[in-house]
Amino acid sequence: MNITTVQTPTVIGSPAGAPLRADGGAHGRRSAEPSPAHPSGVTATARIRAAHNGRATTVPLLHSDGPFHLRRLRAREEQARVCVLGAMSAPLGGDRLALDITAETRARLEVTGAAATIALRGPTTAPATYDVRIRVDDDASLHWLPEPLISTRGSTLHQTFAVDLAPTSRLLLREEQLLGRSGEAPGHLTTRLTVRRGGRPLLDQHTAYGYPAPAWDGPAVLGPHRATGQLLLIDPTLDTPQEPHVIGDDPAEGHAVLTPLADPQALIATAVAPTPAQLRHLLDTALAYVYETPRPEAEGEQ
Amino acid sequence: MSRTALLFLADGRFPAGGHAHSGGMEAAVASGRVHDTASLEAFCRGRLHTAGLVAAGLAAATADGYDALALDEAADTRTPVPALRHISRRLGRQLMRAARATWPSTDLDHLARHRPQGAHQPVVLGVTARAAGLTPLDAAQAAAYESVGGPATAAVRLLSLDPFDATGVLARLADELDTVADTATDAAGRAMTEGLTALPAASAPLLDITSEQHAAWTVRLFAS
Repeated sequence: MNITTVQTPTVIGSPAGAPLRADGGAHGRRSAEPSPAHPSGVTATARIRAAHNGRATTVPLLHSDGPFHLRRLRAREEQARVCVLGAMSAPLGGDRLALDITAETRARLEVTGAAATIALRGPTTAPATYDVRIRVDDDASLHWLPEPLISTRGSTLHQTFAVDLAPTSRLLLREEQLLGRSGEAPGHLTTRLTVRRGGRPLLDQHTAYGYPAPAWDGPAVLGPHRATGQLLLIDPTLDTPQEPHVIGDDPAEGHAVLTPLADPQALIATAVAPTPAQLRHLLDTALAYVYETPRPEAEGEQ
Repeated sequence: MSRTALLFLADGRFPAGGHAHSGGMEAAVASGRVHDTASLEAFCRGRLHTAGLVAAGLAAATADGYDALALDEAADTRTPVPALRHISRRLGRQLMRAARATWPSTDLDHLARHRPQGAHQPVVLGVTARAAGLTPLDAAQAAAYESVGGPATAAVRLLSLDPFDATGVLARLADELDTVADTATDAAGRAMTEGLTALPAASAPLLDITSEQHAAWTVRLFAS
């Protein structure tokens, strides 16, 4: 029972690093047909399900849809790996996108992205939505490490991350947001992150950046920084309480803090920085700090 | 009981210990992010729509009679950094002491018994408002006001700002403060049917990051 990777001719050979273009472009959504005057946006739900067959992690469900082209990567030791490729420019205004990721009991799965996701205005000012639903069952592990999301001028995107964790599961989640391309004002980007562990709420967070969010660029929220992100780590083997750790001593270069949530087996790093590279460096530093003491299963995210 | 109870509750002279806290302003001034009236206003607006909105939602839901212990957990899930959880519980404990003396109630006793180290401040504020006969909207209004009143007062001391300018900042935020209180109260009403995820969870990365930096200072004027 091996896999059904959905591949369509337009997707094959679409290089992950190719520039995404709002007007459709060579790999865009409207390359095959003339664009309708008021397109209603794309509705797509891609699904990934990983299971453990007693010997290894398999990926019995890999369902690509719309802009999400899912590709299996070579496993890294016990960890199955899936990469999300952008098969068309998305999200654009009016899109309804969802990604369901499930790691069943004892499965070890890593999901990465091949390139940044770029939220563009598209043909309409209607908001786009992007909902990521993550479930990690008992003794399973999921790394969700996509590339940054870039909010561009005129776009409106509402994202949600709903994470449901079994008490013995492990999660590493990275989320990075860039507000505007270089020198560009961002669109409007909201993100709701809710994490439940063993059915109990663990983390509930809502961010809103870009006009009309009030004072999002003011000194209480992001200040001058245009890159922000978080790293969330939930690991039942974290038994020694982690002291808060401040990273970065020059605020102009970006700074971060790594702290335990009220549940001490959950750690979160929150970072703001002027550039995506500085942001990634702060989050990588935070992760390295967690596993500073040697741990056999520890693994960097390079 | 009396509308005047709201004035007591929102009065900086109410002995609940709030004067010792700057709501992140001390760290913001030290780093230069707040340096004049305009940046003070931007700070207060940002805090109002994030931490203020969350506090107002929690306070309104508690005043509405929602389970205070569940709301205390909801406050934890909305406060990712320990420095801010610690401060919120410490302020909650201080408010609890003042509130029990002022408006004795079994609800306050119940919460104090189950959270001897202090419940989150907005939750205690909500129970206090209820004990004082105030409405959920009153509780939200008090929480929203507190979220900007403290930092503005602190800025006057930290920057030697003209107190009239600082008051002007608060006056310009008055309409938004009302909106935040309305939004929070509305969300609290929905929490009854939709659960606690209906409550606001707005977050401000710089408030989180700098609160931990500030907590590590050896010398500071304000406790937070």
